[in-house]
Amino acid sequence: MNNAPFVYVTYIAATPQKVWQALVEGELTRQYWRHEQVTDWKPGSKWELVADDGKRTVKHVGKVVESTPNKRLVLTWGDVADAADASKHSRVAIDIETVGQMVRLTVTHDELTPDMRRRISNGWPRVLSSLKSFLETGRPLDVFA
Amino acid sequence: MKAIDKVFKALADPSRRELIDRLHAKNGQTLGELCKGLDMARQSVTQHLELLEDANLISVRRVGREKLHTFNPVPIHEIYERWIRKFERGRLDALSNFKAKLERK
Repeated sequence: MNNAPFVYVTYIAATPQKVWQALVEGELTRQYWRHEQVTDWKPGSKWELVADDGKRTVKHVGKVVESTPNKRLVLTWGDVADAADASKHSRVAIDIETVGQMVRLTVTHDELTPDMRRRISNGWPRVLSSLKSFLETGRPLDVFA
Repeated sequence: MKAIDKVFKALADPSRRELIDRLHAKNGQTLGELCKGLDMARQSVTQHLELLEDANLISVRRVGREKLHTFNPVPIHEIYERWIRKFERGRLDALSNFKAKLERK
């Protein structure tokens, strides 16, 4: 079986501060992701990915592992049905690095179950392309159309 | 060269598309694994991989002494958004306008 992590990389013409803000502030994530992350961003705290669908459906649950502003965010990421079973949770690391005038944003999604591998493989490219467009042009992409 | 031009250039070569297909089938391969069964010199595979990395179509991670190559679909998704979906949508809109017009008659 293939256990290699998914690694998604995009270069964004923005500052690390702007990219960080766009990742953690619900007001912004709703615009390009149609979801927000509900948490206080303290290590060990509960984390939820909530859809901006009027019903505030909880899509994924987990914990904050690491949160270093403008640099690195690590989360555990599980299905709502597996909320109590941390062994079924995957792990998402988001790294923000400055490269010249750009920011290199890397999402590494690891420790995936085969089922989750299938489901996430289309999600992150859409979210990252939309985030890039949102930060560079002010317009998100219509990600879940 | 602009980022998007690098992606198109990288995709213009059949050997590089083959390497992408192989990584898509199995992510996180070493140079050795990628060379297996390919009718290409190791040196050329290395050059193709460098070009793919420069176009941000693959990322390279070091694990111990090994370099693992991972396919990064984000630039291809950007091409899809910019060069494919836009035109699909235009055609779909045209069709639905056509249908609306016919049904009004």
